[in-house]
Amino acid sequence: MDKPSELQASNHDLVARDTASVGAYVKSGAPYVWVTAAAISVAFIITVALLLLTASRGLPHFWPADLMQTVYQEPGKEPQRLLAEIRSSEEVTAARLIGAGLPVSDQKPLYDRMLLKIANRDLGGVDFRYVLSDWLVERAEPKDATVLERVEWGNFHGFVVALKEGDQIVASGEQAWTAYQERQERVNDLRDKVREIERGRIGKTNYELERIRLQQRRLELDGKTPERNAAEFAPLEARRKTQDDKYEILRKELEQLNTDMGRDALVMKTIDGQEVTLPLSKLIHGYRPNDMGLFAKTGFFLGSIWNFVTDEPREANTEGGIFPAIFGTVLMVMIMSVIVTPFGVVAAVYLREYAKQGPMTQAIRIAVNNLAGVPSIVFGMFGLGFFVYFVGANLDKAFYSEALPSPTFGTPGIMWASLTLALLTLPVVIVATEEGLARIPRSIREASLALGATKAETLWKVVLPMSSPAMMTGLILAIARAAGEVAPLMLVGVVKLAPSLPLDGNLPFIHLERKFMHLGFHIYDVGFQSPNVEAARPLVYATAFLLVLVILLLNLSAIRIRNQLRERYKALEH
Amino acid sequence: MTGVQDKTSLSYGLDMDAIAREHSAVRLEDETIALEVDNLNLYYGDKRALNGVSMKIPQKKVTAFIGPSGCGKSTLLRCFNRMNDLIDGCRTEGQIRLDGKNIFDRDVDVAMLRRRVGMVFQKPNPFPKSIYENVAYGLRLAGINKKRVLDETVEWALKGAALWDEVKNRLEDSALGLSGGQQQRLVIARAIAIQPDVILLDEPCSALDPISTLKVEELITELKNNYTIVIVTHNMQQAARVSDYTAFMYVGDLIEYGNTDRLFTKPAKKQTEDYITGRYG
Repeated sequence: MDKPSELQASNHDLVARDTASVGAYVKSGAPYVWVTAAAISVAFIITVALLLLTASRGLPHFWPADLMQTVYQEPGKEPQRLLAEIRSSEEVTAARLIGAGLPVSDQKPLYDRMLLKIANRDLGGVDFRYVLSDWLVERAEPKDATVLERVEWGNFHGFVVALKEGDQIVASGEQAWTAYQERQERVNDLRDKVREIERGRIGKTNYELERIRLQQRRLELDGKTPERNAAEFAPLEARRKTQDDKYEILRKELEQLNTDMGRDALVMKTIDGQEVTLPLSKLIHGYRPNDMGLFAKTGFFLGSIWNFVTDEPREANTEGGIFPAIFGTVLMVMIMSVIVTPFGVVAAVYLREYAKQGPMTQAIRIAVNNLAGVPSIVFGMFGLGFFVYFVGANLDKAFYSEALPSPTFGTPGIMWASLTLALLTLPVVIVATEEGLARIPRSIREASLALGATKAETLWKVVLPMSSPAMMTGLILAIARAAGEVAPLMLVGVVKLAPSLPLDGNLPFIHLERKFMHLGFHIYDVGFQSPNVEAARPLVYATAFLLVLVILLLNLSAIRIRNQLRERYKALEH
Repeated sequence: MTGVQDKTSLSYGLDMDAIAREHSAVRLEDETIALEVDNLNLYYGDKRALNGVSMKIPQKKVTAFIGPSGCGKSTLLRCFNRMNDLIDGCRTEGQIRLDGKNIFDRDVDVAMLRRRVGMVFQKPNPFPKSIYENVAYGLRLAGINKKRVLDETVEWALKGAALWDEVKNRLEDSALGLSGGQQQRLVIARAIAIQPDVILLDEPCSALDPISTLKVEELITELKNNYTIVIVTHNMQQAARVSDYTAFMYVGDLIEYGNTDRLFTKPAKKQTEDYITGRYG
């Protein structure tokens, strides 16, 4: 056969002739390298940018910013004295300012507008205000300007006047500041004690009393009365008596502590000269940002972040920390993992190992995959309708009838939320596990069978351990999806403020029926349902940053486990 | 019959006739029979893969199956421990009797059958477990859990597979760290650990280098003292070296079966002669 002309040597000397044309460039493969590299770079940059943005918007909130003392001279109005922290500044067009009714000249096109945190919400009604920097005169940063963090009403900005014990002034001026700091420590210790009694011991007593009430109700529901069944009611009555006595003692102790806490008060003067007396029991701590060095500020910054992570929220979630939300998120994800993994694995084993492969199995497989595409809110609806109102209500009827009409499991709670998310993430686990099972070589299964193992033994001893890394992959994907999910949770158990954690020191320690807080929902709540938008904004970013970190940590631990499993079962390729 | 020495010399061109004469004394009729195949037909769906095969496999001897690819020799081998059960649409007619009991009977426990008829596969397939656990796997399945019994049996099996000296100091290491040849001997150790009556070898050396092949072949000759061995091989020299009896198969038919030396020196059928002289295959 003759060589086709395309293959003849005359057309192909060894030296490349065409190096410049677009065709040759495309053929060389270089553009594909660029395109693929660009894709991964964009993904990487976006991820980093997301983290940087949330961190940069959220974290400065914890930095003790300097206080600026100034006079705000709006033309045609009384000058106002301000002691404020600069939150942000931006350029605004004159037209917009005129539209807002401000007497600015339209000669200058742009004005610098600042957002100041002036605090003292109890006095002025607002704690943020916008000012034009052109109208700020006499700026100064007095060293003795003091910020007080309060239990209520947000921060207080002002100057220390005196410290009172009862009605007696014990120190004034600089000495009052030093004395205040010592006494605040004492009050904080007392506050911790109060909280410990309220949450811990009184909480336990109340829990116990509630249980006694339910046991008594149980007896009544069984048709027993105190008259005829004294033997059964008497011990309950005795227990109630003990708990009542305990409560009485605790109440007295609490009263004493509260009186102790209310002993001292700090007299403060605001920038416009108003004197205010603040009981120390309403204060958390005070600091003077203008008097702090970089080192002290860094310490303060880290301390604030620590408090944010470990404290409970205050004031409609706009102050304090987010510990219950972190705790709720992690616990829910863990309960979900415990439910979804065995369930998904078992389903995948049936689909791959036992079911006869045919159109029916294929249809089921497609249905399972499509389940992953169902909007999560639909799962939420299902969870509410099926788990809460059907399963929960029937559980209540069967086991918790003494508590009715107040529901136990027949109301949204962490168990139903975990179950709903388990359903939501089930397809991911099934698909990943199935792929893992499919990758176990036939030769390994035959080796086991040839040694006299049954199919079940082979699965249990060889196939499942070897596909465990794939199961972990499924779980990792499930965690990533579940931890970020908010919409369905709003229907099945998340609340903006949960009175108690789902895990505590009262028997049976884990309370699956309780409602819980969740970081994702917290972001939504603080960001969009908060009465104090400006105060909430940095918290939204900080919470978002933390949510990403929590998911990252959960995932990293799962990945670690998977890599260890992979190392152990890396047999697959030979 | 004295074993390896004589047989390996076959390929070195010694006096073939003399050897043939010496070995022709070994006749199938004189052997105790371990496995008896009786008019076995096997179908993959509609396709017939074995055509009425009947043969007797002698006890404590090495029987080799040779033949071109696709002739059914592996299929026949996999019938002995019913590995073909795992293949969808595979069905058999006829009987294979082990100790007079048809292994296809309904009341046969396949797991028990496979404990008595062990198998070694073409590619070494150790489990991703430690060397020790690989050998102990079958023992644990059989319900042996006593540490002392396990230790002894594992050592015995590894010695039996001529692997003990190489691995005795690293029994807890992963079996996947062994070389291909070591892995194949480990797999043999795993098979003999549960002390089967019959060991099936499905082209056990096809993935091994010549040195490992030699070791496995020596091992086969050694094992024959205690076990009935059936080996499938592509390699005719190997069949000649290690086996006592050889079966030549062609497209699902058993063409010729008998004493290895006679089959290789004086084949009765033209097809056999063509195959062993390399005229087709």
